Amino acid sequence: MKSAVCDTEVVVIKAGDAPVECGGVPMAAERPAQQAPLDPAFAGGTKIGKRYVNAAHTLELLCIKAGQGSLSSGGVALQPREAKPLPSSD
Amino acid sequence: MNLSLVLQMAAEAEPERIGLVCDGRRWSYRALWDGARGAAALIRESGCAHVALLDENSEAAAVALFGAALAGVPYVPLNYRLADADLAALLGRVAPACLIGDTGRSERLAPDHGIRAFTRAAFMSAALERAENSVAPDESGTGVAIQLFTSGTTAAPKAAILRHANLLAYILGTVEFGSASMDEAALVCVPPYHIAGIAALLSSIYAQRRILLLPAFDPDDWLAFAAAERATNAFVVPTMLARIIARLEAGRSADLSALAAVAYGGGRMPLELIARALELLPHTGFTNAYGLTETSSTIALLGPEEHRAAHRASDPVERARLGSVGRPLPTVQIEIRDETGRALPPGQPGEIYVRGEQVSGEYRERSALDADGWFATRDAGWIDSQGYLYLSGRADDVIVRGGENISPGEIEDVLRSHPAIADAAAFAMPSEEWGETVAIAVVVRPDHAAPAEAELKQLIKSRLRSSRVPERIAFREALPYNEMGKLLRRELRKQLSEPPTAGERAP
Repeated sequence: MKSAVCDTEVVVIKAGDAPVECGGVPMAAERPAQQAPLDPAFAGGTKIGKRYVNAAHTLELLCIKAGQGSLSSGGVALQPREAKPLPSSD
Repeated sequence: MNLSLVLQMAAEAEPERIGLVCDGRRWSYRALWDGARGAAALIRESGCAHVALLDENSEAAAVALFGAALAGVPYVPLNYRLADADLAALLGRVAPACLIGDTGRSERLAPDHGIRAFTRAAFMSAALERAENSVAPDESGTGVAIQLFTSGTTAAPKAAILRHANLLAYILGTVEFGSASMDEAALVCVPPYHIAGIAALLSSIYAQRRILLLPAFDPDDWLAFAAAERATNAFVVPTMLARIIARLEAGRSADLSALAAVAYGGGRMPLELIARALELLPHTGFTNAYGLTETSSTIALLGPEEHRAAHRASDPVERARLGSVGRPLPTVQIEIRDETGRALPPGQPGEIYVRGEQVSGEYRERSALDADGWFATRDAGWIDSQGYLYLSGRADDVIVRGGENISPGEIEDVLRSHPAIADAAAFAMPSEEWGETVAIAVVVRPDHAAPAEAELKQLIKSRLRSSRVPERIAFREALPYNEMGKLLRRELRKQLSEPPTAGERAP
């Protein structure tokens, strides 16, 4: 999914029917023709490769392209998920 | 999601960072990504159904893999060690194809078969020259990213397929993006046509761990490369580790002080070998990774701390863990089932079943998943009370004697405990009385006298039971293994159905 306000792109790892916003504006499969304004309350940035989750862990997004907006669901900010790496097996 | 995302993200995050080193050439993520996009354009234009690789590992394998992914065409690395007749059959099955690598052999074996062949160098320069900015890959995840022919036993090889979704589930589920520091480097020396080689490429690129590619394994080359490039990680099969350890023990010096993590798999790891490795390289963490082509590689692993704890332990049950393949990944479920499909409790041996997003279990011809998505691995094993998985050989290698299932592994372990026996294999031979009965082949240690057959039979009878006692014993200089270190019991079955040769005593 792509941000309407910045460069951020995410893929959905776990969905449910939760809404997803970036920079306060709903994300969609395509960017709108006109870039929407970024809500300063959701301008913390999104980092490539980081996973973002809601409190219940029912929604998980992987950021595949970084951007200035930060992610939320229904207006509640998503948090970066801590990595619990396995020993390298490859 | 498309598998090319792995390389795309690495190139997006740090385009100039070196991602792959091979034969002295150093490739940045950007260069690899440019190559992949150019390759994708060429592949799409060719109209081919498959992208075949008939070559040792090199940057071309990586560019072909990701180029094919972007183009939405399955990538099919072929086993270049196959005999002409077998390879010709596979070429027939992939045509029309773009083929990269041994153009001469491809031309000789499939002259009229719709194979457009590129040498490695020609492919790379064509891909890089083709500046291609537009990227519109199939994002559904449902397309086939990789097709691997699994070695057939009697019938033709099956074409195992891995979809984008399977491989991404494995990578995203087990690797943290960009987690490798600039110092980290992974030495990959396994062939490109095995899932282990492919998984190593994908994991390393996603972690942004520089890949040190060694196209052809040689223990001295491996040591030199690891020392010169300060490899921090490596993946080997057990027979490679044996040769590396042998060189070190013979006095070959190599600075492996950077080598923090060695993972191994692909075949059975002899306990004495991993114990020697743990002693010789105390600062290196060892990980045993168990997985199959059909499961996008690793489904269970025994990590460095578990190796050390088992090695240090005095309690025999704890020590035995060193022979385990560890615990299932958190992203999969593993179950042991009997022949009726009933799930078995800990301690009881049966067939290993696995389920999870990374598990494909699919072949071109059909899916091998059951109604609930479980895949039968055809590996025999059991799980202990702590959740550790132990392998006891292929289910196909189980000897069925008078309706009783006998696992070769337990007989082989007993034989290997004999001080004069270096290696052993147990396998089925036909029996009028029992249907099948036990035969063994043993390799005597160089400085030992061969034990009498009666002694070996008594050893097995006393440690196991009389049904395990072999009716036929063959002495061999070496046992047959494939290049991944898998014991080929079916080879021995075949050999013993032929008349006895000079290397064998009559029973």
